[in-house]
Amino acid sequence: MTDHPSCAIEISGLDKWYGNFQVLKNIDLSVAPGERIVVCGPSGSGKSTLIRCINRLEEHQGGSIAVNGISLNDSLKNLDAIRREVGMVFQHFNLFPHLTVRENCALPQILSRGKRRKEAEEMAMHFLTKVRIPEQANKFPGQLSGGQQQRVAIARALCMTPKIMLFDEPTSALDPEMVKEVLDTMVALAEEGMTMIVVTHEMGFARRVADRVVFMETGEIVEADKPTAFFDTPRHARTKNFLASIMH
Amino acid sequence: MTAIDMNPPIGHIESPGPPRPSRRSLIRLFFGDFAASCLTVLTAALLISMIPAVNWAVFDAVWTTDDPSACREGGACWAYIAAKFRFIIFGVYPPQEQWRPLLVMGLVLAMILASLSPRLWGTRLVYAWVVAVAAMLVLMWGGVFGMTAVSTSNWGGLPVTLLLALLSLGLGFPFAVFLALGRRSVLPVPRLLSVITIELVRGLPLVGLLFVASILLPLLLPAGWSIDKLGRTLAALTVFAAAYLAEVIRGGLQGVPAGQIEAARALGIPSWKAVWHIVLPQALQKVIPPLTNTAIVMVKNTSLVLIVGVFDMLSASRVAATDPAWPSPYVESYVFVAMIYFLICFGISNYARWLESRVQARSYR
Ligand SMILES: Nc1ncnc2c1ncn2[C@@H]1O[C@H](COP(=O)(O)OP(=O)(O)OP(=O)(O)O)[C@@H](O)[C@H]1O
Ligand SMILES: [Mg+2]
Repeated sequence: MTDHPSCAIEISGLDKWYGNFQVLKNIDLSVAPGERIVVCGPSGSGKSTLIRCINRLEEHQGGSIAVNGISLNDSLKNLDAIRREVGMVFQHFNLFPHLTVRENCALPQILSRGKRRKEAEEMAMHFLTKVRIPEQANKFPGQLSGGQQQRVAIARALCMTPKIMLFDEPTSALDPEMVKEVLDTMVALAEEGMTMIVVTHEMGFARRVADRVVFMETGEIVEADKPTAFFDTPRHARTKNFLASIMH
Repeated sequence: MTAIDMNPPIGHIESPGPPRPSRRSLIRLFFGDFAASCLTVLTAALLISMIPAVNWAVFDAVWTTDDPSACREGGACWAYIAAKFRFIIFGVYPPQEQWRPLLVMGLVLAMILASLSPRLWGTRLVYAWVVAVAAMLVLMWGGVFGMTAVSTSNWGGLPVTLLLALLSLGLGFPFAVFLALGRRSVLPVPRLLSVITIELVRGLPLVGLLFVASILLPLLLPAGWSIDKLGRTLAALTVFAAAYLAEVIRGGLQGVPAGQIEAARALGIPSWKAVWHIVLPQALQKVIPPLTNTAIVMVKNTSLVLIVGVFDMLSASRVAATDPAWPSPYVESYVFVAMIYFLICFGISNYARWLESRVQARSYR
């Protein structure tokens, strides 16, 4: 793929199969630096698979992906460089339960960047303060609420100073009263100009933050548009059906 | 206090707490229903049946005497234990050098105490153990620093039991980690090697493995090579411990969710570091109870080495009991040795329970 510096993420012709089942079909998507993309679509449409291909938690079989001009191929050096650029937040947090909150944020910096402990811990506290839970630093993840855990997960990803953040349904495992604190954190991040791809069904968040909303179904991008156009005048029948189903 | 209380306290305020059981509730406790009645009767029968044993062990026992013939009555002969204490604990180790195994046992105890707190676990502690074990072996062997040399065939008793248990578990553990990781590896060669090793060793009884190590191994080794009998025994115990520990650890590895490795990969952590720092600690925490179980079994398994002629504590006690001066004090010997094993295993078990509660305290959700 061409190294296009004006693209944070450049996906073209992406195909992925699980055995005989094609999960992603000829996906094209480019994301400009600072752009916020919200991806939505019914369950099983391939949203998670798409963003997990970007940092190669899943391997793709066809097409190409480039992140900040680095193309994702079999070179481990490139993969390593891409993972430096890209942070990820999971639906189920995936915090390390045997480590304290501070250690969750500090240890990855030590292990993957060879940072000194003192520096790593300062960074950890900086971002824990930013997600407004510095006082929980010495607790273990199992002692926090879901919303707090997800904010720790965001801080942990930010500690690696990524240029792009991927979120895979960050609020869908949370009790309703905790959704807001996590979304607020993400809004703050967006306002700082972070490039983000967010898989979510929080349409309020999409309206407020997204530059573009992407609707996926059965492994294809059906429609992608600015939030106002997407929500108010969807073009495809499938998009309309989907919007009707989630708005009740 | 409630209104239905039958004996309201007069003149003093009773402290809050569970009400004392009244006679009626005691009767209900012991004979409340059929099951409770059965249990009560059975327990009583058991207690009564133990009376002769208690008489033997306590009331009819001979506690101190220098005259073995005083033990010809019916009771236990604890005086014999007192007389043979040194031999059971130290075996045939030269008595004038006895301070050396004593120091070794002190060292073992000190190192164990120093290792109890997980806060101190780390590479430094591993180095400390390597140095300590080397010191223990030097102390036992001698031949340097003006200590007379004592060959391993003269080692015996509790230090041998402790060294075998500690070293077989300590050396077996790293092997076990590799075997467990190998068995879950996607690479076919390590996986096959691990599976073969684990299944082969687990398919053999320990006694068989000890015989292989003590009889077959010297025949298989090239001429001029020889490994000391104690060393061969230790090798067999180590391999045995490794195979069983590996299966326990594998169970723990399986219990670590895939999301943990995914998070580590997304954070750019190199995969072997992720295994070491993220996956393994969690896997081990999950299997503390079965690990403890294996450790306890291994401590007791060391007593099987008497079959190939290694002089551990149990062997020493059996040899001590053959002294014709004392009237067949086998039961006393075994009870004494059993008590020592019990203390060790009970200690391990309690420590493990404490560790586990510590892990559980990290999540109250
Ligand atoms: N490891 C796998 N092996 C086989 N099929 C898989 C695997 N992972 C996902 N799939 C299938 O791929 C499809 C897309 O899955 P994906 O998780 O990307 O969907 P999604 O859009 O994120 O759905 P959800 O909203 O439920 O998270 C689904 O049909 C799923 O069953
Ligand atoms: Mg998903």
